[in-house]
Amino acid sequence: MRGWVSPRLAALGVLAALIVLLPLTFPSAYYYRVAALVFIFGLAAVGLNLLMGYAGQVSLGHAGFLGIGGYAVAIGPTHLGVPGWASLLGGAVISGLVAIIVGRPILRLKGHYLAVATLGFGLLIAIVLTNEAGWTGGPDGMSVPRLQIHDWRIRSSEAWYAISGATFVLGAMLAYNLIDSPTGRAIRALHDSEIASGVLGVDVARAKLVIFVISAIYASVAGSYLALLNGHITPDIAGFLRSIELAAMVVLGGMGSVIGALVGAAILVVLPQTLTWLHDYEHMVLGLILMGFMIFLRQGIVPSLVEALAGRRP
Amino acid sequence: MAEFLQFFFSGLTVGAVYALVALGFTLIYNASDVINFAQGEFVMLGGMSTVFLAVAGVPLPLAALLAVIATIVVGLLLYHLGIRPAREASAVALIMITIGASIFLRGAAQVLFDKRFHSLPHLFGSEPIRIGGAAILPQSFVVLAGAAVVVVLLWQFVDRTLLGKAVLATAANRLAARLVGIDTRRIVALSFAVSAAIGAIAGVLITPITLTSYDVGTLLALKGFAAAMLGGIGSTLGAVVGGLVLGMLEAFSAGYLSSKYKDAVAFLVILGMLFAMPHGLLGRGRIERV
Repeated sequence: MRGWVSPRLAALGVLAALIVLLPLTFPSAYYYRVAALVFIFGLAAVGLNLLMGYAGQVSLGHAGFLGIGGYAVAIGPTHLGVPGWASLLGGAVISGLVAIIVGRPILRLKGHYLAVATLGFGLLIAIVLTNEAGWTGGPDGMSVPRLQIHDWRIRSSEAWYAISGATFVLGAMLAYNLIDSPTGRAIRALHDSEIASGVLGVDVARAKLVIFVISAIYASVAGSYLALLNGHITPDIAGFLRSIELAAMVVLGGMGSVIGALVGAAILVVLPQTLTWLHDYEHMVLGLILMGFMIFLRQGIVPSLVEALAGRRP
Repeated sequence: MAEFLQFFFSGLTVGAVYALVALGFTLIYNASDVINFAQGEFVMLGGMSTVFLAVAGVPLPLAALLAVIATIVVGLLLYHLGIRPAREASAVALIMITIGASIFLRGAAQVLFDKRFHSLPHLFGSEPIRIGGAAILPQSFVVLAGAAVVVVLLWQFVDRTLLGKAVLATAANRLAARLVGIDTRRIVALSFAVSAAIGAIAGVLITPITLTSYDVGTLLALKGFAAAMLGGIGSTLGAVVGGLVLGMLEAFSAGYLSSKYKDAVAFLVILGMLFAMPHGLLGRGRIERV
């Protein structure tokens, strides 16, 4: 086997097989829903990981794009009569355009300045979504019409499990291909040294912008799926804590690891579900776990595991 | 004119609190390069602890003092249990640790205290003072005076004491500071303690006006962070100026434009600021060496 199947392709194959087989162990529809959430947040995290893990650019405002995608599938069919699937694509296009417009000035900044600029951008989106109540329903949010393709109204958790699982595999495949493309090489060079890659002829500003736009589109699609799965949306989708959650998924799973993004998403989606028995203590435990992972598994879960396994081999 | 004065004073009051939060950010950042997102939780802890101690029958001045001390302990614990074990971690990982700490502290406050809004009695009553047609709460002056005292004391500490000089040296160059025998780890711990104290004092001062609850910290941290960036991160004077400017901007845009979008205006200005003057009002540009 080894030699003609790349490890990445193998990882995707195993993932696809898992997605098909996993439902055999699911006792109820609730499990399909949680798994669908894992794939949806995993998709957004893969996109953000391209930006943070590969290009080395921090974003603390990516939930803003989640919000654009989510509200696109809510507002499109309700106020504009655009079918759901077209709204989803429209949301992705709008997110991409917004990313181009804000990306140009924002990505010139570095380090903490970039962090605060992206943070401000995300907050601005959340504030607009909260205040334009005529369109968005304000802080209480609005209901999202079910996605309809021909006569098929997609509403069951099982269907969303299949759709989000397939989209995640597709997204992961695209990410792998992107990383190995000339653009991807240029982007990875940025992570190591912007100056060195600039000297070597990489158009630094363009490479950063491309990756920012791609990661925005990933987040937008994830946001649309999230809204369609829940059937309801509130401005919380674009809030500061969501942005932090996305960034935490990337760092937790491992920067620069596509599978890591899924692992990070799985932990941060499943953990709160299993902690509900703690009631009031839920946030304390969540905060402690986040701190613990960051302190003791600094590189993230997947890279640490890979290192441990590789270390054992002769 | 009366309207203008009204907005001016409310901006100044809120701005003083932002300035104190920004000052806390700056102290920790200068000593350790850590952006402490739990800074807002220090403000919350100061306010909430005072409220609950006062309810338990502790006289108000003593309650405030105990609250500040408790917050200092929390700040030191944050450094020793959260930041110190993670040294050499990436900047993003450190930010995540402080955010984890802030989620933890918010959760703890929710369990230890409650989820309701609380207030404290005004120090000199709540009868507004009339100045040029504007009605100003006496507590506003208490906030301004308190903030001024904190800034002056900090200034004196850094300027006049040996320990203060060690703080300056650590901020300027950590390796050089260590080489001349300064225990930089103690300095970083000290900066967490002082930041916590400043945050707690801000919380005690502002609670009579804006009320407090377990979750006021997040927005305060964001605004304080923005203020620090506005002034130029790392600059102490910049933090104070940035805080006051941000408070004014908010008050005037809420008054003359739209109160719904007052938070948005603040962040828009900061974005514009970052694009036009990326190093803030008073920050020094860093020259990159290849």
